[in-house]
Amino acid sequence: MSSSTDAAPRRQGPGGLGGPEGTAPRHGGLLRQRRSRLLGLLLLLVLVVVAATLSIAVGSRGIGLGAVWQALTDPGVPTEETVIVRELRLPRTALGLMVGLSLGVAGALAQGHTRNPLGDPGLLGVTAGASLGVVLAIHLLGVGTPAGYVWFAFAGALVGTVLVFSLGSAGRGGATPVTLALAGAALSALFYALVRAVLVSDTDSLDAFRFWVVGALAGRGADVAWQVAPFIAAGLVLALVNAPALDLLGLGEDVARGLGQRVWLARSVGLAAVTLLCGAATAACGPIAFVGLVVPHVVRVFTGPAHRWLVPCSGLLGAALLLVADVLGRVVVRPGELQVGIVLALLGAPFFIALIRRRRLVST
Amino acid sequence: MTVNSATTTPTLPGTGTVRLAAESVSLAYDDRVVVRDLDLELTDGSFTAVVGPNGCGKSTLLRALGRLLRPVSGQVLLDGRAIARTPTREVARVLGLLPQTPVAPEGLTVGDLVARGRHPHQSWLRQWSRDDEAAVAEALTWTDMADLADRPVDELSGGQRQRAWISMALAQGTDLLLLDEPTTYLDLSHQIDVLELVARLHAERGRTVVVVLHDLNLAARYAQRLVAMDDGALVASGTPAEVLTEQLLADVFDLEARIVPDPVAGTPMVVPVRRLR
Repeated sequence: MSSSTDAAPRRQGPGGLGGPEGTAPRHGGLLRQRRSRLLGLLLLLVLVVVAATLSIAVGSRGIGLGAVWQALTDPGVPTEETVIVRELRLPRTALGLMVGLSLGVAGALAQGHTRNPLGDPGLLGVTAGASLGVVLAIHLLGVGTPAGYVWFAFAGALVGTVLVFSLGSAGRGGATPVTLALAGAALSALFYALVRAVLVSDTDSLDAFRFWVVGALAGRGADVAWQVAPFIAAGLVLALVNAPALDLLGLGEDVARGLGQRVWLARSVGLAAVTLLCGAATAACGPIAFVGLVVPHVVRVFTGPAHRWLVPCSGLLGAALLLVADVLGRVVVRPGELQVGIVLALLGAPFFIALIRRRRLVST
Repeated sequence: MTVNSATTTPTLPGTGTVRLAAESVSLAYDDRVVVRDLDLELTDGSFTAVVGPNGCGKSTLLRALGRLLRPVSGQVLLDGRAIARTPTREVARVLGLLPQTPVAPEGLTVGDLVARGRHPHQSWLRQWSRDDEAAVAEALTWTDMADLADRPVDELSGGQRQRAWISMALAQGTDLLLLDEPTTYLDLSHQIDVLELVARLHAERGRTVVVVLHDLNLAARYAQRLVAMDDGALVASGTPAEVLTEQLLADVFDLEARIVPDPVAGTPMVVPVRRLR
């Protein structure tokens, strides 16, 4: 019987294992992927600019492009058209950009952290918490304007996520994708039950709430945009910081730890970003579905699973999608308006079904 | 339970410095104690296989050695320093690990997977560097995965997939490598393929390797040292010839077996007769 010292010969297995030493050629495929990502990013930027332009130029009242340009560049003469463009359409477009960006980025983060293709900020209790906050503000304090709702929606979103995170990390092994999704689903159900309990007993609250809950950009002035802007900015920074960690977490928590990632820290930063982004967006516009769910799936087609690309690109597509949906809502039922939340649901549902039929949905 | 003939001292005599050590480590999930008071020393450049029946705690031990599980008592030392108090990233520059059947996100290419192995060497100031590029290229070439670099991991065969993960661990550039059953779900020729690769990592790259293995014959053939566990305790440790005895197989695996020399490698080979009890 041989001892371990003469192990060497048997280790030299039959050849064919190692290629010749030297640098591997960088492959055409990798280059191609890099190029398609850059191209996609460029396309998204163009799309956002076009959507923003449309959002400023198109409305229930027809204003010529020349007049729009004049209103933007030369506010000296306060004509009616100047006021409409500067006081209504510009803040509405800015808010749409911020909210779309937030929802897209939050969706990409939520899907990454829950490793769930149906991951949506709503899955983490943010939307339900915000809804409960708004209902309580209307019912108990008689708050009645979007600018007034913001803080309560935000507080509700924060409470919702903190509860989901602490419940989800209570068990052994801390916050895992599964425990987070379960805690989110359970708490959302509880919050919505409470919302309904209030609304059933109080028709005045119901009247005010139903305009908030459809999700709209209309009627939100520049004050709302300024209120949520700092939170969205902070959320975007955290999201970009979190993106590389998500690439590691996607390999499984054990591998991520083995590669030096502090899992608890990454989860905390990610959830903080989702709360800030989705909380601020929901506070400003009410719950808007589908952006966070659909956008990352579309973006993944050209970015692949790399979150460094997926997260920012989801933000851009989210912004473009929200603005386009808002513009559509202004056009389709002229002279009335369809709220952006409704347009998105009408567009999003068939689109999502088409996406499911075309390719297998993938998580993270 | 008594185990004769096998030496129960945790180190091989006359080998190098201790890199990784468990000092009376007890491991538990919630209240269920899985490993009790275990001592183990792993020396520089050694190739150790941990064997034992299902549920004996060998994977749990490996998790503790890799800092994935905090002992309820005792401690794990990495280069003489308590691993629990060493920052994750510092550990990740010295010690790499592969859990059992890791799963890559769909669409992730082999090249991207291997590139992620460089994470412990990057920081906010120092993102992707020439060193990283070179390490990834070398790891891909060395594991014979360069031609598959832009293929999605989930489209590879089981053997290629395991190779891709080992390539990632190689790119990580750690002295120590812990592998939890790297041959699970692979057919025999791919098991050999993966173990040859690991053995080359040890022989040619000087890696200190600890691998949890189910197949005793493969463990005896590739590892310098076997560590046998049973019911959360270390019951034997030494060269394959010292550990793999008919008595140990009866005691630990409830298996009546003959031990014959492997006609190819000369290492002990288990020929099962029947299950005892």
